[in-house]
Amino acid sequence: MLDESYYRKTDEIISRYVRDSRSLIPIMQDIQAEYRYLPPELLSYVAGQIGITEAKAYSVATFYENFSFEAKGKYVIKVCDGTACHVRHSTPVLNTLRNELGLSEKQHTTEDMMFTVETVSCLGACGLAPAIMVNEQVYPAMTPEKATALIEDLRRKG
Amino acid sequence: MIQNMNELTQAAEAARKQLNAYDCRILVCSGTGCIATGSNKIHQIFEQLVKDTPGVELVFSPCGGDHEGAAVGVKKTGCQGFCELGPLVRIQKGGKTVQYVKVQPEDCREIIEKSVLNDETIERLLYHKGETAYTSPDEIPFIAKQTRIVLENCGKFDAESLDEYLAAGGFEALKKALSMSRDEVIDEVDKSGLRGRGGGGFPAGRKWKQVARQAEAERYVVCNGDEGDPGAFMDGSVMEGDPFKLIEGMMIAGYAVRAENGYIYVRAEYPMSVARLWNAIHQLEDRGLLGDNILGTDFSFHMHINRGAGAFVCGEGSALTASIEGNRGMPRTKPPRTVEKGLWEKPTVLNNVETYANVPKIILAGADWFKSIGTAGSPGCKTFSLTGAIENTGLIEVPMGTTLREIIFDIGGGLKNGAEFKAVQIGGPSGGCLTEKHLDEPLDFDSVKKFNAIVGSGGMVVMSTDTCMVEVARFFMSFTQRESCGKCTPCREGTKRMLEILERIVKGNGKLEDLDTLEELATMIQTMALCGLGKSAPLPVLSTLSTFRDEYISHIVDKKCPAKQCTALRQFSIIPVLCKGCSKCSRKCPADAISGVLGKHFVIDPNKCIKCGACKDSCPFDAIYVED
Repeated sequence: MLDESYYRKTDEIISRYVRDSRSLIPIMQDIQAEYRYLPPELLSYVAGQIGITEAKAYSVATFYENFSFEAKGKYVIKVCDGTACHVRHSTPVLNTLRNELGLSEKQHTTEDMMFTVETVSCLGACGLAPAIMVNEQVYPAMTPEKATALIEDLRRKG
Repeated sequence: MIQNMNELTQAAEAARKQLNAYDCRILVCSGTGCIATGSNKIHQIFEQLVKDTPGVELVFSPCGGDHEGAAVGVKKTGCQGFCELGPLVRIQKGGKTVQYVKVQPEDCREIIEKSVLNDETIERLLYHKGETAYTSPDEIPFIAKQTRIVLENCGKFDAESLDEYLAAGGFEALKKALSMSRDEVIDEVDKSGLRGRGGGGFPAGRKWKQVARQAEAERYVVCNGDEGDPGAFMDGSVMEGDPFKLIEGMMIAGYAVRAENGYIYVRAEYPMSVARLWNAIHQLEDRGLLGDNILGTDFSFHMHINRGAGAFVCGEGSALTASIEGNRGMPRTKPPRTVEKGLWEKPTVLNNVETYANVPKIILAGADWFKSIGTAGSPGCKTFSLTGAIENTGLIEVPMGTTLREIIFDIGGGLKNGAEFKAVQIGGPSGGCLTEKHLDEPLDFDSVKKFNAIVGSGGMVVMSTDTCMVEVARFFMSFTQRESCGKCTPCREGTKRMLEILERIVKGNGKLEDLDTLEELATMIQTMALCGLGKSAPLPVLSTLSTFRDEYISHIVDKKCPAKQCTALRQFSIIPVLCKGCSKCSRKCPADAISGVLGKHFVIDPNKCIKCGACKDSCPFDAIYVED
C-alpha cells in the first residue's frame, strides 16, 4: 500500500493537465520523474481520475519502454548501444558495469537500490561514443576502466 | 510585446544594437556532446571569472546601462559541430571570432587574461591539423567545406535568447509570409522542391497543398522530433541549437494551411531539446509572437510539446499522432493518410525538424535560391551526423549531391588512427551500407536508393576493416525486432526469424541455406509489412548480403570472422617467443583457461576459453593474438 502522500502528489500532477486520455502519457512521465518508477496503484488511480479504463491505461503504460512498474535505483545508468557506440565498443563497457554491480540481462537493479543498469538505443551523443548516461548526465568516450572508476565514485558519493 | 510588423523591425534593431554593444562575447558550446565533456562547468567558471575580474563586467544586455569596464557576455550556444574536440569555446571580439577546442577549467583564466582583456590568441587551444593552427572557426576544413542553411545559426549565438534570434533576422520570414497569400507561401515551398528530411523524401510543398485543400476547417501542424535512428543526432542539435528557427518554420506552415495549433513530438532521450523548446515557446508567448493575432494579423498559433516515451516506431506518422493522442504508438493502415486524417482525425501537416527548419530561409531567399543548391531532384542541403571510426566526428551540413569521399575524407578527415575504410552505414536501421565503389557517387535521395540504402534522416556511421558486417546486420535486426510494435505478423514474426538466423551465423552455427531463407524473409517483410519500420527493416541485411556475401560465407563455411570481431569465432593463442611468462593473463582470465610456469611461456586451453579477450588486453608484451 502506498501512503497518502503519493496520492496527494499525483493529484497535484494531474491538476497540471486536462482531464482526458491525451494527458495520460505526460502524467505518467511526471509520476515516473518523481518516483523513478510508475507505481501500479497510481496508474489505476490516474485512470479513474482522467476518465479512462484501467485496461487502457495499462495497455499504454506497457507499450512504451520508458515506463517501469518496478522501482529503480538511485543512479539509473543507461548504456548507449546505438550504432556509433556499438562500433566503438560499448559492449565491454556494459559488461563491466554489470560485473561490477553483480547485475545481468535479467536483473537490472542492485538489491541496495543504488544502481540500475539499462541499455538505450541512442543518446544522441554519437560524436563522443561510446557514451553512457547516469540520471541526466552524459559521460563520453567510456572504457571499461572508466566505468569501474565511475561506479567507485558514485558509491563514495552514496 | 511585439504587436505588429513595425514593432518587430524595431525589436530586431534594438536587439542588433544590443549585440553590437558587447565588447566581447564568450560563446560556450552547450550541445549534448560538449555538455558531456564538461561545458556547463566551463560556462560557470567564465561567468565567475568575468565577475571577479576588474576592468570587465558581465552583462546580459549591454545597452542602456553604465559600464565601468568592458561589457562581456558569457553565452550558451547550440552545437558548434565539432563534437570530438569539446568543450568548444568561441571568443567574439572586434568583429573577429577565435575558436578554442578542448577547453579545460584551468584554461579559462588564461583565456580571460589573454583573449578577452587583450588581443592575444592562445596557440595551444587552437585547432591544429598537421603543422597548421586555425584561428577562425570558418577556416577549419571541417567547417569550411560545409554549406550551412539549417545549422547557419548553430554555435553562433545564444540558443536561449529570442533577442539574439531577432538580431540575426529571426521572424523576418514569418513577416514576409504573412504579407503573402497562403497559396503563394505553399507555392514557394512547392517550387523550391524541398523534400522531407526525415527519410522518405516526400515533397513538403505537395504535402502542404494536400492539407490546404481538405474540407475540414480544423487542421494541425506536427513536427516529428522523435529522432530514433541510432547514430543520428541532427534533429536534436537543431532543437537545442536553434529552437526559434524550427518554431518559425512551423508557424509558416501553420499560416499556409490555416492551422492554429502546432505540436512537437520530442524523443525522451533529449531532455535538453525539450528544455530549450519550452524556453523558446515561453519567450515567444511573452512577446506576443505566439498566441492570437500574431503581428496584428488574423493569424493565431499555439505551440505544444509532447515527449516521447521510448518507442522507435513513434517516428512513423500514424504511430506518432496516436502517441500524442495518448494511445499506444502503433501505426495504422493507410489510406486515409495523415494529410487527410492525422492528429485527432483532422488534416495534418507532419514534417520532421530539419524540413521545417529549412522553410524560413526558403521564404526569405526564395525557391530559386534554394534550387541553386544541391541536385535537380533533391535541392538544398542535408545535415548528417558523422560518427564511428572517423577522425572528425560531429554534426555537418552539405549540399545534396556531395560525394561520400568529400564527406568522409575532406570534412571527416578520413578514418581514425589511419584505419582502412570498409563501409559507411547510412539511414540507420532502415538503411544500408555503402562501400569503396560508392565513394564517388553524388549523394541524394534518389541516387542512394539505387544502392539498396536510403539517405534516411542522416545518421552516417563510418566503419573500418575491423567491423564485422554480419554482426552489423545482426545488430540492426535486433534493434528493429525489439522495436517492432507487434501489430502486423510479417514484421513481428519475420524480423524475429531473421534475427535468429543472424544470431546463429555469428555464433558459427549457420548453414548456407540460411542465406536464401534470409533473402526470402526479407522480400516477404518488405512487401507485406504494415508500416515503414517493417518495410525497411530487412534493408541492412539485404545490403550487407549483396556487398559482403563472402563475409557471411566465411562465418558459415570456414567458421571464421574475417574482422575477428565475432566473439564465438575468435581463437586466442599465445606466441611462445613473445611470452615472458609473467602470468598476468592467467590471473586476468575469468575462466581459468590459461596455465603455465612463471618465466616460461603460457598456454590457452581452447576448450575452457570463453573468448572474452581479457588476456589479450592485459598482456604487456603483445604476445596474445587472435588466429586468422
